[in-house]
Amino acid sequence: MSTVTGPATPARTGGRLADPAVAVVALAVVAVSVGPVVYGALNGFRSNEQIASDPAGLPSPWRLDNYTTVLTNPDFWRYAANSMVVAALTTLVAVGAGVMAAYPLARYRFRLREPLFMVFVLGLLFPLATAIIPLFVLITRDLQLSNTWWGVALPQAAFALPVTVVILRPFLMALPRELEEAALIDGASRLGVFWRIALPLSLPALITVGVLAFVGSWNSYLLPLLLLQGEMRTLPLGVADYSTQYSADTAGVLAFTTVATLPALILFLALQGRIVNGLQGAVKG
Amino acid sequence: MTLPSLTAEPDVGAGDPAPAERPDTVRAGRSPGGRRTTARERLEIVAFVSPALVLLGLFVVWPVLSAVRMSLYRWRGFGPMDDFVGLDNYRRVLTDDVFTQAVTHNLVIVVLSIAIQLPLGLAVALLLNRRMRGRGVVRTLIFVPYVLAEVIAGVIWFQLMIPDTGVVDGLLGGVGVTPPDQGFLGTPGLALWAVMAVLTWKYLGLAILLLLAGLQSVPEEVYEAAQLDGASWWQTQRRIVVPLLGPTIRTWCFLSMIGSLQLFDMVWVLTGGGPANATTTMATYLVTQGTQRGNYGIAGAASVVLFVIGVVMAALYQRLVLRRDTEDAR
Repeated sequence: MSTVTGPATPARTGGRLADPAVAVVALAVVAVSVGPVVYGALNGFRSNEQIASDPAGLPSPWRLDNYTTVLTNPDFWRYAANSMVVAALTTLVAVGAGVMAAYPLARYRFRLREPLFMVFVLGLLFPLATAIIPLFVLITRDLQLSNTWWGVALPQAAFALPVTVVILRPFLMALPRELEEAALIDGASRLGVFWRIALPLSLPALITVGVLAFVGSWNSYLLPLLLLQGEMRTLPLGVADYSTQYSADTAGVLAFTTVATLPALILFLALQGRIVNGLQGAVKG
Repeated sequence: MTLPSLTAEPDVGAGDPAPAERPDTVRAGRSPGGRRTTARERLEIVAFVSPALVLLGLFVVWPVLSAVRMSLYRWRGFGPMDDFVGLDNYRRVLTDDVFTQAVTHNLVIVVLSIAIQLPLGLAVALLLNRRMRGRGVVRTLIFVPYVLAEVIAGVIWFQLMIPDTGVVDGLLGGVGVTPPDQGFLGTPGLALWAVMAVLTWKYLGLAILLLLAGLQSVPEEVYEAAQLDGASWWQTQRRIVVPLLGPTIRTWCFLSMIGSLQLFDMVWVLTGGGPANATTTMATYLVTQGTQRGNYGIAGAASVVLFVIGVVMAALYQRLVLRRDTEDAR
């Protein structure tokens, strides 16, 4: 596999001779990665007849009607709004509760500190699939929150908490203490220090965990599938239902899917650096 | 740019007016590192931590515990839960061929995901780990499948794999291969492999990206020293670089394993667990039993089995594999 590069090639810079081979591999991996997505987007510009006659062809002529159908479909906008609200609530609760929990775990010294942190680490091992059926009963029967935004957002935030705390704590620990101590000596309260100093300083990490929570919620399927119906459905549910309902309308499904992908894709690509660092932090920590 | 790791010490600020002072000196007065926690501090800790603990308790821990309770009753989802049947649900789940097949599918996916994505991911990451034009773009594009929702990726691939008119069949026909009549997702012997292929496509980018990030932390001197000693590119990678990547690889394997055990979305969209239960996973099994058939006791028992398998595998992995990392860190 890796024998493409000849032996004794300088390690990191890579000999000039090796570069074409590397470029080919890079291009191949990129093509496979984005190929299906690009194909989906392109086929959204074709008619079903075009697709049927030549599955792998390019649009000719280019047609916009699949996309205009999606964009003028009130259901699409309703699903998008639901996804947006649920993701925003999830993010707000997960990041808020997460940074509040991470702060004492990073700054106070108390006997139960490490065991408490372990609770969050172990929380990583409680995945949604395991809890889903009782969760469904809890939310629909006991809390009467089925088919509401909060009914989905609160459990999602709870499941996002472990990774949030695990990423935030080391970040908070590494912030310089001097500012906080100076403020304490000047008579600021702990809460004031947290609010005015720790929070603003940890903004980069908050954005990382925030984006993770947001995209996690935006993409989530299992919990909305069980809890949301009709007009409350989120985009993934809408996409899945649309594709079952109109499975013969390949072009329409692909256009719908492509448009539904864009928000998360744009958000993620814009903040890519932070996310990778966050994931890496989680892997290291 | 980089997030500090757990052991990171605060930087002695370069632009700090008084950088000479050692950061760890115990300070007089209200040092946050004080020995005793006062009642006030204890109150503050409780106030800070309780929202998170309440959420975690109510929506994460309680449902898992209540799955245990549910698993001991025959319960259809309404009325009081009073028909105690002991371990009968477990007997029924563990002797249900559909469930044992689901467990097998999960384990196959756990093993294959690592066996396929790790060598592939490593090879690509090692090759891409060099200065070249457009590296940032390449990394971004490789990450795209991971960013998509599993549902969206599933719907796209479902369309690509539609028998006859789908592009996969079209391309295969173009090179003279006859695709299966029922399509890849509709043929029991092939469906799991088709799902596996889509999962590889979806998650390979994450492996590559994490490994590339791990490679960034291999110091330049290592390469120089190896080169001075006359090591070939291949020797350097295999004997030095890959071992240094150990922690990243082991943690990635762990994440991949946990993810494979929980697999639901992709299967649900691609095949719904079919055809003829050829792609059921534990998660699709328990959702089908619980919400579609109203067998809450069975679903509870399946949840507990899934949880136990996950915890046992995580504990074994921790003991056998990850412990080395924690020991190394000391």
